[in-house]
Amino acid sequence: MRQFLVHDNRDNVGVAVVDMEAGQVVAGATLDNGHTLHVTTCEAIPLGHKIALKDLKVGDTVIKYGEDIGKVVANIRAGELVHVHNLKTKRW
Amino acid sequence: MMVKIPKIKGYRRQNGRVGIRNHVVILPVDDISNAACEAVAHVIQGVLPLPHAYGRLQFGEDLDLFFRTLIGTGSNPNVAAAIVIGIEPDWTERVVEGIASTGKPVAGFSIERSGDLKTIEAASRKALEYVQGASELAREECSLDEVYVSAKCGESDTTTGLASCPTVGQVVDWLVEWGGTASFGETSELTGAEHIVEKRAATPEVGEAFMKVWTDYDEFIKRHKTNDLSESQPTMGNIRGGLTTIEEKAMGNIQKIGKHSQYVGILKPAQAPSGKGLWFMDTSSAAAEAVTLWAASGAVLHVFPTGQGNICGNPIEPVIKISGNPLTCRTMSEHIDLNVSAMLTGEMTLEQAGGELLNLMVRTCNGRLTAAEALGHREFVMTKLYRSA
Repeated sequence: MRQFLVHDNRDNVGVAVVDMEAGQVVAGATLDNGHTLHVTTCEAIPLGHKIALKDLKVGDTVIKYGEDIGKVVANIRAGELVHVHNLKTKRW
Repeated sequence: MMVKIPKIKGYRRQNGRVGIRNHVVILPVDDISNAACEAVAHVIQGVLPLPHAYGRLQFGEDLDLFFRTLIGTGSNPNVAAAIVIGIEPDWTERVVEGIASTGKPVAGFSIERSGDLKTIEAASRKALEYVQGASELAREECSLDEVYVSAKCGESDTTTGLASCPTVGQVVDWLVEWGGTASFGETSELTGAEHIVEKRAATPEVGEAFMKVWTDYDEFIKRHKTNDLSESQPTMGNIRGGLTTIEEKAMGNIQKIGKHSQYVGILKPAQAPSGKGLWFMDTSSAAAEAVTLWAASGAVLHVFPTGQGNICGNPIEPVIKISGNPLTCRTMSEHIDLNVSAMLTGEMTLEQAGGELLNLMVRTCNGRLTAAEALGHREFVMTKLYRSA
């Protein structure tokens, strides 16, 4: 049973498709190549929210759909929630 | 998989265009004529008044858009006949003439030198005639590729990019393969994916024209913004659903144009496509405004992916809601026409979801009420470009 999805194999975030609890090893599927990957959650990730697949530093680019979706503004560890507190648009 | 073009039962109008609803509309030319229009709808059953907030002292491009929206709405193939009521005769006649050019029955009434009461009586007598005439029109066999379809999403979240928008994209790919007509837009909401949209143009010239429209909108936003627009675009609902940036939202949004469809041209707001194929329309990303513009461009069926549950409908154009968010499908089930949340768990393929949406579109064309229609969502919201004179 997959708990998160990754749009593209270049992505550094996945999307929770169920509510995920903290401290769990969760399984994800990559949609473009069908690969399975596992991450340990650092905190609860609600359905629809993003989980970091690797450590990210301030200034790094978050990749989803294989595309740039913004810049990291607070360091993120693999398994942490990625949202408005640590990711901002580069556009506006 | 090659899917056969489905047959539908529609209303073929005087100009050959196919509609799927049979409304008699009462169109106010201006805000102060709303009361008379609504009064006619109280007297004569089965007519549809379309009150709105504008129509006085507009000028320039904003006035052009206003007339295009009113005339386009009255001319929509989902409309059997139209009554136009305005405060004075000249702008009223301008709207009447525009609608009459489609061959549709239309009559105009102006209030100055008559007053509301005489106007309401005269318009009601005409409305009676129109509504009885419309009630005798029969549906006939048409083909789904004759149905002009518009697509926009609302209250998106990360599930729209994973499930409901790709489902619409699958149907858009089929419609375009069949030689049908479809339109997408939401100019501001393509920010972050504009380079991808540019490449999906049928020709480099069309791609350049798209980039000009997008750049103009982006500059307008940058001129007026006071922060990074977080909470406005993405909306608070988007953020609650897990979307963080406009770039992320845009990437989900463009899944609606399918995997390989190319757009053949750029439309101004409320402008009718001049031929078949997929068209980009310059619209706001606000649901009611954008769907009103598509209905005014002649679109007769709207497909609307939602994540957190946008409840928007339109008086003229039925709006089908598709959601892949299991929480929304459970807590707002009365608003959702098609639940594709099984795509998240891998229990439904993209083709299966597309097939289900196609089936629902055919049933909606044949007369099935959408959730938004049954719930009385009739948001008629004009786009205003700037202040009146």
